[in-house]
Amino acid sequence: MSILVDKNTRVLCQGITGHTGEFHTRGCLEYGTQVVAGCTPGKGGQTVAGVPVFNTVLEAVEQTGADATMIYVPPPFTADAILEAVDAEIGVIVAITEGIPILDMVRVYEKVKRSGSVLIGPNCPGLITPDECKIGILPGYIHKKGPVGVISRSGTLTYEAVWQLSNLGLGQSTCIGLGGDPIVGMSFVDLLKLFGADDSTEAILMMGEIGGTAEEEAAALVADQIDKPVAAFIAGRTAPPGKRMGHAGAIISGGKGTAVEKVAALEGAGIVVAESPADMGLAVKRAMEKSGCC
Amino acid sequence: MKIHEYQAKRLLREAGVAVPESCVARSADEAAAAFESLGGTLAVVKAQIHAGGRGKGTLRENTEQHGVQLVRSGQEAAEVAGALLGSHLITVQTGAKGQQINQVLIEAGCDIARELYLGIVVDRSLARPVLMVSSAGGMNIETVAAETPELIYKEAFDRDAGLDAYQARKLSQRLELTGPSVSSAVRFMQKLCRVFVENDCSLVEINPLVVTGEGELMALDAKMTFDDNALFRHADNKALRDLAEEDPSEIRAGDAGLSYVKLEGSIGCLVNGAGLAMSTMDLIKLHGGEPANFLDVGGGANVEQVTEAFNILLGDAHVKAVLVNIFGGIMRCTTIASAVVEAYKSVGFNVPLVVRLEGTEVDEGRNILAQSGVDIITAVDLTDAAKKVVAAVG
Repeated sequence: MSILVDKNTRVLCQGITGHTGEFHTRGCLEYGTQVVAGCTPGKGGQTVAGVPVFNTVLEAVEQTGADATMIYVPPPFTADAILEAVDAEIGVIVAITEGIPILDMVRVYEKVKRSGSVLIGPNCPGLITPDECKIGILPGYIHKKGPVGVISRSGTLTYEAVWQLSNLGLGQSTCIGLGGDPIVGMSFVDLLKLFGADDSTEAILMMGEIGGTAEEEAAALVADQIDKPVAAFIAGRTAPPGKRMGHAGAIISGGKGTAVEKVAALEGAGIVVAESPADMGLAVKRAMEKSGCC
Repeated sequence: MKIHEYQAKRLLREAGVAVPESCVARSADEAAAAFESLGGTLAVVKAQIHAGGRGKGTLRENTEQHGVQLVRSGQEAAEVAGALLGSHLITVQTGAKGQQINQVLIEAGCDIARELYLGIVVDRSLARPVLMVSSAGGMNIETVAAETPELIYKEAFDRDAGLDAYQARKLSQRLELTGPSVSSAVRFMQKLCRVFVENDCSLVEINPLVVTGEGELMALDAKMTFDDNALFRHADNKALRDLAEEDPSEIRAGDAGLSYVKLEGSIGCLVNGAGLAMSTMDLIKLHGGEPANFLDVGGGANVEQVTEAFNILLGDAHVKAVLVNIFGGIMRCTTIASAVVEAYKSVGFNVPLVVRLEGTEVDEGRNILAQSGVDIITAVDLTDAAKKVVAAVG
């Protein structure tokens, strides 16, 4: 099994006629993802990489039955693209774009929460169920099918972890990049619940970073509800306060959101926290051994 | 993006939010003239830098002089301005070298009955803007939050509808405001929330917000920070940027499309991806080294960007070794290896360079490094990379 996406998922690409949209549509098609439609207002009727392009998301859904979307639309228009997907009732919305104004996300978050859709991102690499469906910019080949659910706020750091896991013989059920922005759609908490209920996921790896309280909230959920072994890594122990470390959401603000606090909260919940980014895969192994499962 | 107090106050004034009368001065003469034009018997001379704690802060050049001073004549205003302008103010937020003062604000004194705190941020977990108020004004709000959090009251408001009047009345009651102060406060709070949203701010802070002897609310200090991601739709606010307040290497990096934060250590880092870049800094520290910077070269690093990145790293005199840490996903290791070699040759490295590559076309990438003829130390994994670069510093 897996969560959110699998070999049956039918994917729309919003922004398909742009350079990035086209490049990554090709990448997803090569991986075997069913990219069934594209959408760029005004470019309906064209074809990109063999994929038909529509003027509106609604039309794309009506014509092709797309049930997931990946959005490569520039920041001034990304919120609108997300809202259009929500309106068309697309179940899984993946916003890749970096640079969306935070007050746009305030608006979008509210509408997504009231809908039946889930949003992943923005400012994320996407998600992948190995050998079945890749939505986004992640390098498919490093992933192997297996029992570990991966949730991360990062991009390349996630690939490091996946690489370590695959080399240890620990494949992945589904890997999700949450995104680096301060306000994102699905959180660690949302995905931990899904992985908790997924039969093919036996262990979970979380990769967090400074800023916000998402990891602390995750720790509370794990302590309360998650029986499967969980490992984690938190980036940014050496980050100075008040400075944005690349990701808009990676900032220690008013003394809050430090790596030290997050690590303490996670360890307090019985989560195995890797001290070095070189040991993320090993942390999962330790967590699995510690829980005596698998 | 940060702006000066005087710029924030101008924005507030234009939006109808009560601020004292003031003038900016860039010379002692201008300060004297400003005092006269305000027409009162009391004014405040305030250093304008992008850091807080100016009142308690003192000049590097003269520790007797504080960043905010009361003056009672044009002559005195000129003297204080003369002392401040061109000098460096050291506050708890500037670091030991302090920040050069290039302008001062001459502000009319006001009759202060009470000092309150008012701030607006976007609360990440609620995903809504939040107005925070406290009767502990004029103090470090982080200390208040840590020691007496019950003194801070919050109201989340709707981005589009703004702060409702009943919310403002509720907060006014918490602040123990009475009589005409209440309607002044309601107007002030609602307008400020509108300013926050209309300008796409990430922070607005009024500390202190004073209640005058007449019961009016007025912003004695104003701090505004804009959401960088929204500047594309605020050309006028974008123009308020003061490059003199920013680190030159960070400006240069920004212009090259690199994400860079200068730190204090001796190991320069160049990495693809913010999370991996932060982790690389952590990795270095774990192995006994000190990172000199955070640098995310992004997903499309080419020769020009890598060269510029190397130039910026090597421009820091503290840097004694450089670590390039790349996980090539869509980016191929061959591309980055070629870029590193070419940049290395053109920049003229005088410190050891350790390169760790992993991911797409890694073997070919490592080959390119090995056959480059230049003295690059290759690492086989993250731990090896950290150990090698720390050892290279010696």
